[in-house]
Amino acid sequence: MDNKNNKAWLYLLPAILFLTAFLVYPLIDVFVYSFEEGYNSASQTFFGVGTYNYSYVLHDPYFLRAVQNTLILVFITVPLSTGIALLISVGLNSITKLKELFQTVYFLPYVTNTLAVGLVFMILFKKTPYTDGLVNLIINFFGGSSVDFIDGPYWAKMFVLCFYTIWVVMPFKILIFTSALASVNKDYYNAAKVDGTSRFRTFMKITLPMISPTVFYLVITGFIGAFKAYSDAVALFGTNLNAAEMNTIVGYVYDMLYGDSGGYPSYASAAAIILFVIVLTITCINLLVSKKHVHY
Amino acid sequence: MKVVLQNLTKKFPNRNKKIKEDVVAVNDFSFEIPDGKLIGLLGPSGCGKSTTLNLISGLQKPTSGRIFFGDDDVTDLPAENRGVGLVFQNYALYPHLTVRENITFPLGNLKGKDKLTKEQMNEKALEAAKLVQIDGLMDRKPNELSGGQQQRVAIARALVKMPRVLLLDEPLSNLDARLRLQTREELKRIQTETKITTVFVTHDQEEAMSISDMIVVMKDGVIQQIGAPQDVYDDPVNLFVAKFLGTPPITVFDGKVEKGALYIGSDKIFDTDAPDGEVYAAVRPEGFILDDNGTLSCDLKRVEVMGRDVTIVSANTYSHNPSIRSIVSAENKIDIASASVRFSLKPYKTHLFSKADESRIYYNVR
Repeated sequence: MDNKNNKAWLYLLPAILFLTAFLVYPLIDVFVYSFEEGYNSASQTFFGVGTYNYSYVLHDPYFLRAVQNTLILVFITVPLSTGIALLISVGLNSITKLKELFQTVYFLPYVTNTLAVGLVFMILFKKTPYTDGLVNLIINFFGGSSVDFIDGPYWAKMFVLCFYTIWVVMPFKILIFTSALASVNKDYYNAAKVDGTSRFRTFMKITLPMISPTVFYLVITGFIGAFKAYSDAVALFGTNLNAAEMNTIVGYVYDMLYGDSGGYPSYASAAAIILFVIVLTITCINLLVSKKHVHY
Repeated sequence: MKVVLQNLTKKFPNRNKKIKEDVVAVNDFSFEIPDGKLIGLLGPSGCGKSTTLNLISGLQKPTSGRIFFGDDDVTDLPAENRGVGLVFQNYALYPHLTVRENITFPLGNLKGKDKLTKEQMNEKALEAAKLVQIDGLMDRKPNELSGGQQQRVAIARALVKMPRVLLLDEPLSNLDARLRLQTREELKRIQTETKITTVFVTHDQEEAMSISDMIVVMKDGVIQQIGAPQDVYDDPVNLFVAKFLGTPPITVFDGKVEKGALYIGSDKIFDTDAPDGEVYAAVRPEGFILDDNGTLSCDLKRVEVMGRDVTIVSANTYSHNPSIRSIVSAENKIDIASASVRFSLKPYKTHLFSKADESRIYYNVR
């Protein structure tokens, strides 16, 4: 081992120590807990070792509902938000007048306080004794009847949650896409133009492949982020998510640890490990797909 | 297809917004490119030669003036409908597509009755690839090719749709010196074989001189001179053209014509019928004759032996160039130890230019 290598390890040491203590060790710990049946964190005791925790969690209707909610959220919001963000960015990239203004407007949600956002969504969707909310007013205007988006039917609540999630993640994606689009050499577009390429073909054959690394980056981070969703649901539907049928996997883990039904670290650990496996699988699939389609 | 440019002018708003006056990139540009010729647009950076090319391609719209391809007025036609092939300075090959896909890309844009099947496209692509001798590299990606090969792919892509006019923007500037020499021969061969009217832009006079049928020398958006390379070299219309063409560069002296004779300093060079007055006397490197009884005396600095030729590097108080490079045959005996050297000047290699506007003063030797 030469001197240079030792130095490198020395520089890496602080990060390694912290990551081991606060990330790797807890991860292993959670993995161990998930197999210890009836673990009690106060007395540090458990009854036995086995797969019962997993079997319990996988048969818990609340957990199954949480998985369903999370999957719906992931597979609706990630493609939609990425697609819409891409369209908006392409639009932003092709205008010259007021470009900066629109870029700022689209980025505002990113720097807006969560409470302010919650207030806006309340005005939009919440039914109060005084008003049915802005969206309901519009529905009424077109002859529909009011829908209770916050305490009403499942699909209405899911719609609000998806809408909220898409709206919240969009600014970041637009920011990344506009910079990716701006970095594509203009000569490619000029070359395509001289050859009489239609706008659609230029977009599909040149723009999209050129920014494909960015697309996949945003899809992968989007998937991971959506799987970990929890706070958005709380912001919209309050802390009793099981009752609202709007719980997510992370929410379920939290509830098992601290919620009304709290005090079950073993179940929480099992649920967390299941989430980990799901995210890992999806990310691996993503990476495999991206290897085929991303052109660097 | 002949290309006619009529009073073409392109103005850009000034970058510095305080200056209201527009920047004139191309100023009242008129000339006719004969069918099937190779034309070099030559000039220093920022002289408007690339803008001219972009105007012909349709990527930019002229402020005023007309452009004709044959008898068609294409001024208001967008780039995609002009049928030009354009090779970019950085080639602009699509990095995610193979060579074959790059070359077939323009063909994929054809619609209606012109639409080609995949086989037809591949056949045409192979034809174009064979022309530029890259048919063995069809399945490679651009980043797996050398600079010269990428350049050929770019030319093949421009040629595959059989353009009416082929335009090349600084086609050789990204290649190393050896490859540049090779590729310019190649360019000439391809152009001769396809007989497509070709315009290329360069700041390298040697490049333009060596392969063009005709060169257009530009400065500040204005055409200085148009003609066959040798004619422009031998017969420049002004000091700029004389200085821009030729390596080693032409040597410019402050001279004067007095009582029917040309003087450089106190040296009387030769008798002439040019009108009296201050002039620039510019002498090509090959215009110097080593002569012990020569009329021009210079301080000898050193001698560079290049085999066939000898370059004598000397200095003269009245020369604008810090060192005068003159090329003489190696058969001359030169006394290197000597402090000075004497030349006589060939009159047809010595051009006089007016001090007032740098235009050529034509004269006869008496």
